[in-house]
Amino acid sequence: MSLGFDIPADDLAKRHRKERVFEWICLSALWAGVVILGILVLGTTYQAWGWLDWQFLTSWDSRKPAEAGLLAPLWGSFWILTLTALFTIPVGLGAAVYLEEYSSDTWMRRIIQVNLSNLAGVPSIVYGILGMTVFVRAFGIFGSEGKKLVIELGITQWTIPLPFGRCVVSGALTLTLLVLPTVIVAAQEALRGIPASIRHASLALGATKWQTIRHQVIPAALPGILTGVILAMSRAMGEAAPLILIGALTYVAFAPGRIDSLDDVFKDPGAILNAPFDTFSALPIQVFSWISRPKAGFQHVSAAGIIVLLVVLITMNSVAIYARQRFRTKLKW
Amino acid sequence: MTLNSSPQPETPSVPTPGPNNDSPDMNTANKSGVVPKLRPTDEQPPTTALGQFAKLFQNSRNEPGVPNPDQAPKIEAQDLCFFYGEKQALFNVTIKVPPRSVTAFIGPSGCGKSTFLRTLNRMNDIIEGTRLAGKALFDGQDIYAPNVDVVQLRKKVGMVFQKSTPFPKSIFDNVAYGPMIAGQRNRRVLGEIVETCLKRAALWNEVKDRLAESALALSGGQQQRLCIARSLATNPDVLLMDEPASALDPASTARIEDLIFELKQNYTIVIVTHNMQQAARVSDFTAFFFEGRLIEIGETQTLFTRPKEKKTEDYITGRFG
Repeated sequence: MSLGFDIPADDLAKRHRKERVFEWICLSALWAGVVILGILVLGTTYQAWGWLDWQFLTSWDSRKPAEAGLLAPLWGSFWILTLTALFTIPVGLGAAVYLEEYSSDTWMRRIIQVNLSNLAGVPSIVYGILGMTVFVRAFGIFGSEGKKLVIELGITQWTIPLPFGRCVVSGALTLTLLVLPTVIVAAQEALRGIPASIRHASLALGATKWQTIRHQVIPAALPGILTGVILAMSRAMGEAAPLILIGALTYVAFAPGRIDSLDDVFKDPGAILNAPFDTFSALPIQVFSWISRPKAGFQHVSAAGIIVLLVVLITMNSVAIYARQRFRTKLKW
Repeated sequence: MTLNSSPQPETPSVPTPGPNNDSPDMNTANKSGVVPKLRPTDEQPPTTALGQFAKLFQNSRNEPGVPNPDQAPKIEAQDLCFFYGEKQALFNVTIKVPPRSVTAFIGPSGCGKSTFLRTLNRMNDIIEGTRLAGKALFDGQDIYAPNVDVVQLRKKVGMVFQKSTPFPKSIFDNVAYGPMIAGQRNRRVLGEIVETCLKRAALWNEVKDRLAESALALSGGQQQRLCIARSLATNPDVLLMDEPASALDPASTARIEDLIFELKQNYTIVIVTHNMQQAARVSDFTAFFFEGRLIEIGETQTLFTRPKEKKTEDYITGRFG
C-alpha cells in the first residue's frame, strides 16, 4: 500500500456477530434483575392473598395467625419515621450548608468529607451497636435502674426516662445516624449544582451570605435535597438490623403513647410528648418476627406484612419523584 | 511617533481636514471643538487604523456632556495592588472616576481590568487567598476600611455581570429582590420600585403584562436589561458592568449601549469591555490596562485618536491583544 502500512482484511460478519452478542448480554443482565424481582413480588403476593385485608391492618398482633395484624408496627414505624425526619433534616441540611457554603478548604474539612462518604458505607448493624451503647444505655452513666426526669408543663407533665432505654427516640436517633451521611452528601450535591453566578448576583445586590442561601441557594437546591431526604427516609423505614439491636419489641399490642386515634389525642394531649419514650415495634421487625414463628399461618401473615411495607416504600418514593417535579416547575428554571 | 504610519491606499486627492490630519487644532482639541474637525466626508473612509475610531465619533452623543474630570471623584484608587495568593494581578493602579460619567476599561484578556472592577464592590472578597494593598475610595471613603459594611457598599455600588444571571424566579421577584432583602416587605412599594426600575432599564413595555412569569423565559438581551433593572432597585450610585453585552447579538448590544447612555444622567458607570468600538461609542473616559498596570487613561476621544502611549496605540489598532 502506498501509505506503507497494512490494515488486516476485515471480517465484517464477525464484528457484527460480536455486536449482537454484546447487546444480548446487556439485555439479559437487565431482565435477570427484573424477572427475579417479579418472581419475588408475585410469590409474596400469592402467599399474602386472602390474608391482607382490613382486619390485618387494624388489629394488634396475636398468637393466632388469623387474628394477627400490624397496627402496632404501623404506628411504631410512623413515630420512628417522623422523629427520624425531625432529627435528620435540620442536622443534615445544616451540615451540608456549612460544608458547601461556609467552610474553607482546610484539612479538617477534607477529613470530614472523606469520612462522610465512608460512613455511608458502614453496615447498619454497627449503627445498632452504637445506638445501643449511646442512646439506650447512655454508657451506663445513669446506673442500671431507670431514673426519670419529670418536667412539669402546667396542664401535663413530660416524663423523660434516663437513660432513654428501648424507646422510639433511641431508635429514631440511631436511624438518624445511619441516614445522616447519605442526606448530607445528597444535600451537598444539590447545593453544589447551583451555579456560582446566582450566589454572586445575590451578593452583588447587597444580600448577606445567609440571605443568599435562604432566598436563592436553598430554594434552587430544594428538589435535590428533598429527593435525598425522602430516599433516606425510605431506607430508615426498611432497616431492621439496628432496630433489632436497639431492642424494638416483636410482640406489641399498643401504639407508642397509647395513641391510636384522634380521640386519644384530645383526651390526653400530653401523650404526644411521652409517646417518643414508649416502647415500640416497626414494620420490618414485625415481619422478621412473624417469619420465625413456627405456627403454619404466620408465613402468610408475614407475606402480607411485606406487601404493606413495599406499598409504603413505593408510595414514599413516588412522593419523592412528585415533589421533585413539583418544586422544579415552581422554580421557574 | 506619527499616527499616519499605516499605508493609505485611498488617500483623497483633495486634502480635507480628515481624522488623521495632524493639524494643530487637533492637538489643542477641546470638548466642543473636536467632533466637527474629526468628521470625515461620506466618500472619505478612514485612512489609518486609528481613523476607524474617529469615524465613530461623528455620531457621538457625548460631545456636550463630557463630565469635568476635575470634580470630586466618585471612585478613586490610589496605588492599588491586588494579589491572588502569590500572584500579583494589579500593580499600583491610580485612577479617578468622576460622577455621572461612563468610564470604559479596555485591555487584553487577563490584564486585570475585571479584577480591578471587582475590587470596587469587594466582590473579590469572595475568592479565598486574595489580598489588596493601596487604597480604593468611594465618595472619599476607603471601601476596605474595617468599619465598612460590605453589604451596604454593594447596595451603593451595583454590578452587572457578563453572563446575565436572572434568579430562577418571576420577573417581579428578580427586580424586587434587592429592596426585599434590605427589609422592604410592602408589596405596593415593591411594585412601584419594580415599575420604576424596569422603565429605567427600558424593559417595562416588553414585560409589564407578564411580571409573574419566569425571568428565564426572557431573551438574552432582555435578561441582561433585567439584571440592570435589578441592580438599579437597590438605588445605587455606581454601576459596575463587566462586559455586559459580550454575549448579546448586535441589536441587543445597541439597546444596552443606549441604556448606558441614558443611565449616565443619574449614575456613575464603569464598564469593562473587549469591544473597542463599544468603548468608543459609550464612554466619556477610557482606561487602558495591560499586564496588571493602568497604562493610560483619558477622555475617550483623545485616547482613541491620539493615544499618548505606544502600547495603547498598538492595542487599539489591533497590533496585539
